[in-house]
Amino acid sequence: MSALPLLQVRDLKVHFPVRGGGLFPTTIPLKAVDGVSFDLAPGETLGIVGESGCGKSTLGRAVLQLLPATAGAVAWFGEDLTKLDKHALKARRRDMQIVFQDPLASLDPRMTAGDIIAEPLRNYHPEFSSADRKARVAKMMEQVGLHPAMINRYPHEFSGGQCQRIGIARAMILGPKLVVCDEPVSALDVSIRAQVVNLLMDLQRATGVAMLFISHDLAVVRHISHRVMVLYLGRVMELADRDSLYRAPRHPYTQSLMSAVPIPDPAKERARTRALLTGDLPSPLYPPSGCVFRTRCPKATEICSDVVPPRESAGPQHEVACHHWRD
Amino acid sequence: MTLTPILAQTDALEAALAPTVAGRSLWQDAWRRLRANRAAVASLIILCVIAFASFIGPYLLPWTYDQIDWDHIEALPPDFALGHYLGTDSLGRDLLARTLYGGRVSLSVGILATFVALAIGVSVGAIAGFIGGKTDQLLMRFVDLLYAVPLTFFVIILMVVFGRNFVLIFLAIGAVEWLTMARIVRGQTLTLRRKEFIEAARASGGSTTAIILRHILPNVLGVVIVYVTLTIPQVILLESFLSFLGLGVQDPRTSWGMLINDGAAELEINPRTLIVPAIFMTATLFCFNFLGDGLRDALDPKDR
Ligand code: SF4
Repeated sequence: MSALPLLQVRDLKVHFPVRGGGLFPTTIPLKAVDGVSFDLAPGETLGIVGESGCGKSTLGRAVLQLLPATAGAVAWFGEDLTKLDKHALKARRRDMQIVFQDPLASLDPRMTAGDIIAEPLRNYHPEFSSADRKARVAKMMEQVGLHPAMINRYPHEFSGGQCQRIGIARAMILGPKLVVCDEPVSALDVSIRAQVVNLLMDLQRATGVAMLFISHDLAVVRHISHRVMVLYLGRVMELADRDSLYRAPRHPYTQSLMSAVPIPDPAKERARTRALLTGDLPSPLYPPSGCVFRTRCPKATEICSDVVPPRESAGPQHEVACHHWRD
Repeated sequence: MTLTPILAQTDALEAALAPTVAGRSLWQDAWRRLRANRAAVASLIILCVIAFASFIGPYLLPWTYDQIDWDHIEALPPDFALGHYLGTDSLGRDLLARTLYGGRVSLSVGILATFVALAIGVSVGAIAGFIGGKTDQLLMRFVDLLYAVPLTFFVIILMVVFGRNFVLIFLAIGAVEWLTMARIVRGQTLTLRRKEFIEAARASGGSTTAIILRHILPNVLGVVIVYVTLTIPQVILLESFLSFLGLGVQDPRTSWGMLINDGAAELEINPRTLIVPAIFMTATLFCFNFLGDGLRDALDPKDR
């Protein structure tokens, strides 16, 4: 990659201590994110996919320092965020925002849309007059497709899609360099999803913001992302350019995820062989040894249970963590 | 066709939008909704009248609360010529003057002690609930500890240390009532803390103080206000209990609680001395409850 990375995540780990049972409970670490590394260039969208419980949301929050990282580094323009104090962190946060999954829950029910969108402005620009703030909010509302006349309404008066637009407006009002979108469309009606995804893409085109787009919906991720990272039990399985990932997925896990997506052409749909996932997601408290995917992997062999597969290059901009990706 | 009609139309649109787009804060909204609630408005008016009468009224009456009308030391029925508009009590003191004076004491104890409780309870509860961890443990164990101290014991200690003092009653009652408030607010804060909008506030650069003030407090307000309106009557009753034990106000000073106590003793011979203060007190308690309900509804934007 030629451009200077905006964000460099190196071997990031987020473990939560969980109390075990029994008479003398010991704490077991729940490895929600276990050694994730990736880069993000300015203006780029990295899609993060995986089943629920694979640590995607935890990863997004750890990048923003909303959750403390257990180990590893999150470098923002080369500066490690995990080592910053509160004050310095607040200053950096101006450039990194988040859009949440549940649009209504992420808005304070006792604030008007205008106050919600204005909140980052109040935190970072207390010097703005209220008229100035209002003008900016109104402009932002127009940009996200909300009528500025709705500035005084409360969240419950909006539809889910509109609430998400408010959330996006709040995230975008300071002109951030990075927005983490944590399943921003999964809670929305199917008909609204495309609108919100297109809105995010339009905003990216207009402002050059980079995005971490977290979702379990492969079709949405394909539409919006430049590169895609596949997570399983808190580890990176495959990280590749969007086109090369969707055209030729190398990792058995990615392959089975892909084959779960129906193809709109019935002839092709019938013709293809499916490698559907069997079994349940193992508990992240007791991840399998070696390759975490081995309990459900159709290609698993002995080496898989002994040795953690390293991340290997499987082509330009294509990395995969599997012993048998070549087969 | 020129552009005029279109322009006129936009002007009309702007004009139509202007009133809604002009400021609309939580408080203005709440006030508008409260005014629509008849029971709450009526309660507010009655409370204002009672408070006004209690604080101003005694200066306008011909008799003071401790003045004995030696010609009428038996309980006199209402007599306008003498200026005993509601008669006298068994010691010849003007009943209306005493009731209004008692109202002054009861209302000030009720409101001030509740505000002491409110200030301490809400801050402790919000801080404990929001910060959590060790701070929470420490503060809540302290609350538990204070819960274990009996009120009368606490008041007696205060009296011994500081001497008999009217202000002490506020402090003592406030110091006991804040415990429950702190627990309620902490519980509410704990559930709020996990809400996504709090995380959103942190992500958009809000400091802990800003988040507590801007998000936590407005959201616990509904519950707190209802609890306040329940606490004021409770404090008024508590004060009468302390006075009955001789730990509160002393004769000839009085409060509603004391008047009702005295009146109850004379119920058979002179029911008026019970009924008059009882009417004032129950009216006040009812009004606080209605007002509390009204405020809670008014402060909830979902309720319109
Ligand atoms: S390393 Fe082994 S178990 Fe893991 S994905 Fe590859 S083949 Fe499957």
